[in-house]
Amino acid sequence: MEEQRHLLSILVDNEPGVLSRITGLFSGRGYNIDSLSVAETVEPNVSRVTMVTHGSPGIIEQIKKQLNKLINVIKVTDLTGMHYVLREMALIKVNAKSEHRAEILRITDIFRGQIVDVGIEHFTVKVTGEPEKIGAVLNLLKPMGIREIARTGCVALPRENGTSNKNA
Amino acid sequence: MKLKGAQILMKMLQAEGVDTIFGYPGGAVLDIYDALMDTDFRHILVRHEQGAVHAADGYARASGKVGVCLVTSGPGATNTVTGIASAYLDSIPVVIFTGQVPTHLIGNDAFQEVDIVGITRPCTKHNYLVKDVRNLAKTIKEAFHLARSGRPGPVLIDLPKDVVNATATFKAPGEVRMRTYNPTYKPNIRQLQKTIDLIGKAKKPVIFSGGGIVLSKAHEELTRFARKAQIPVTSSLMGLGGFPGTDDLWLGMLGMHGTFRANMAVTECDLLIGIGVRFDDRVTGKTDEFAPNAKVVQIDIDPTSIQKNVPVSVPVVGDCRTSLSMLNDLLEKIDQEGTDEKREPWLKQIHEWKSTTPLAYKQTDTIKPQYVIEMLYEITGGEAIITTEVGQNQMWAAQYYHFTEPGHFITSGGLGVMGFGLPAAIGAQVGAPGKIVVDVAGDGSIQMNIQELATAVQYGLPVKVAILNNGFLGMVRQWQELFYQRRYSSTRFEHAPDFVKLAEAYGATGLRATKPEEVKKVLKKGLETKGPVIMDFVVAQEESVYPMVPAGAPIKKMLLV
Ligand SMILES: Cc1ncc(C[n+]2csc(CCOP(=O)(O)OP(=O)(O)O)c2C)c(N)n1
Repeated sequence: MEEQRHLLSILVDNEPGVLSRITGLFSGRGYNIDSLSVAETVEPNVSRVTMVTHGSPGIIEQIKKQLNKLINVIKVTDLTGMHYVLREMALIKVNAKSEHRAEILRITDIFRGQIVDVGIEHFTVKVTGEPEKIGAVLNLLKPMGIREIARTGCVALPRENGTSNKNA
Repeated sequence: MKLKGAQILMKMLQAEGVDTIFGYPGGAVLDIYDALMDTDFRHILVRHEQGAVHAADGYARASGKVGVCLVTSGPGATNTVTGIASAYLDSIPVVIFTGQVPTHLIGNDAFQEVDIVGITRPCTKHNYLVKDVRNLAKTIKEAFHLARSGRPGPVLIDLPKDVVNATATFKAPGEVRMRTYNPTYKPNIRQLQKTIDLIGKAKKPVIFSGGGIVLSKAHEELTRFARKAQIPVTSSLMGLGGFPGTDDLWLGMLGMHGTFRANMAVTECDLLIGIGVRFDDRVTGKTDEFAPNAKVVQIDIDPTSIQKNVPVSVPVVGDCRTSLSMLNDLLEKIDQEGTDEKREPWLKQIHEWKSTTPLAYKQTDTIKPQYVIEMLYEITGGEAIITTEVGQNQMWAAQYYHFTEPGHFITSGGLGVMGFGLPAAIGAQVGAPGKIVVDVAGDGSIQMNIQELATAVQYGLPVKVAILNNGFLGMVRQWQELFYQRRYSSTRFEHAPDFVKLAEAYGATGLRATKPEEVKKVLKKGLETKGPVIMDFVVAQEESVYPMVPAGAPIKKMLLV
């Protein structure tokens, strides 16, 4: 059956070992984690895990059920197909020889990124957006030579009813 | 009231109605064992921590209560892992207390430190490391609640030495309230109505019952349901005893070593009602050809079990007993006239399968293992609690002993642990003191936890062990015979202990039968003898379990005798 990407938002007890229960579930059962990000919510004893995963519809159904079965999981929301805001941030350290510096600044500008670190031979560019946008920036910067990247993984929240268009 | 952690533990065990603890002491649990001296708990000192968990498992199944284990840190804790994994796969309520090094040493690779919470995360329903004595009482309360509610399972609590030594004000915790855990007992009535409608339309329905029926004690509801709707019943290994094995509607076990009629009935049925089963691969064989013509209803308290392995038309999340009693109420409202006539062709077909291809074996002048089980059934009148080891002995016990009540067939179904049967029998005997408890064993498996015979003798627990002694790791040998051209790689025992003398060395009774005509005599004598007994049945060496569905084949493709 066809593989699908799913974006899950998981509220969990903010306790030691909880992340390990989740990742252990995925490795133990052979499920995929494409990206993962975790942080505290407004309630200090609750954390939100945002995860991108993929699998056949049957596997996705199992993933959601198995997550719900974990004692420390409060709620699993599958944002796929809902209206949501999704963002990822990347820090990209790119070679910046003098002949490329203007071009890099232009690309950063177009994607509304920022230069957050400057050296004689490099820039570190920060971009925020959906993963596709970050992919586009990476593509454009590739010819200059990317030294290192760090990406946060996706974070997402559902939109309140009636506000704005889908998934922007 | 100010109490030490160890005393709080005792208070909480009392509050949970615990009467017996299976355990083994060590440095990290000295304080707990010391506190134990001032209580009335019965502590059964096993001879290996694996035995403690299997015993607690057997106790839980025979008594319907939560089994409790207490072991030390490090090796004590790691020794419990096989037992915990077995209880997890069979959904048995057990609470395991492990000692741990003091909190300030955790993470230091201290003496006898292991991260048992990390190790057992994937094989417990949940587990805890208690870091503050003030959380101890609440954690214990939660652990027992989790172990026995919803889909039951093992829960482990790791107790650092300084935590059990620290004092805190003890106040009995109130009702457990967990916003993250709320199992669904009562099913959706519309799903049940759909089930009833499907039954009305079905020409060839089958009920497939599993461990969930046994765990929720839904046998009476199931029997009423099946009889009322005239639907034949098969079950998984774990489901044996959930429906009377003597009933006309009983098909026998399903799957790899299921009966011909059960496997055929499921292959041909047009409606399959799975209740408390997870459609394990040992049952389904090739899933594409499993019940290919059937609409499937699946009732289970654990949503992850539903539709995990086979597509389901009507999923029902709920407790087996609650669901069945609601189904019975719905059935009551419908006029059942004409049901018998409607079912007649189907039941006739099943009867035909049963009479043309029954469970069978050939008698010879060596003892046939199947015969031993048949005689055991006859002599005990089907009333004994049977535990098993793993392998052929387990399958023959399942095939030839006919169970009529839950809690009478105690086997390591999901994990298939050799060495389970003897400690489980000890636990079952503690949990059901008036019962005859027999461990049906193989000569391989029994050597994996034979040390527990000393436990049985010490506590005067009169468990009986019937070894089907074939000189081989029989089940593995069978696969080698059938699928590896009889190349018996490391399955033959070239040396074996004298089990009669071994029994005697432990202070138990040892008996032996080498000819078919001795079987009944030895069984009778063994069962009448006070105290633990080993009966060594020297059986045909190369007997195989039939029917057999080769792994991954459709269940209708059975190898027969
Ligand atoms: C702890 C463990 N190790 C290995 C196995 C694999 N295994 C399954 S059945 C079997 C043979 C069991 O032999 P025996 O106890 O003599 O029983 P028989 O099949 O001969 O009745 C083995 C080795 C197992 N199930 N459990």
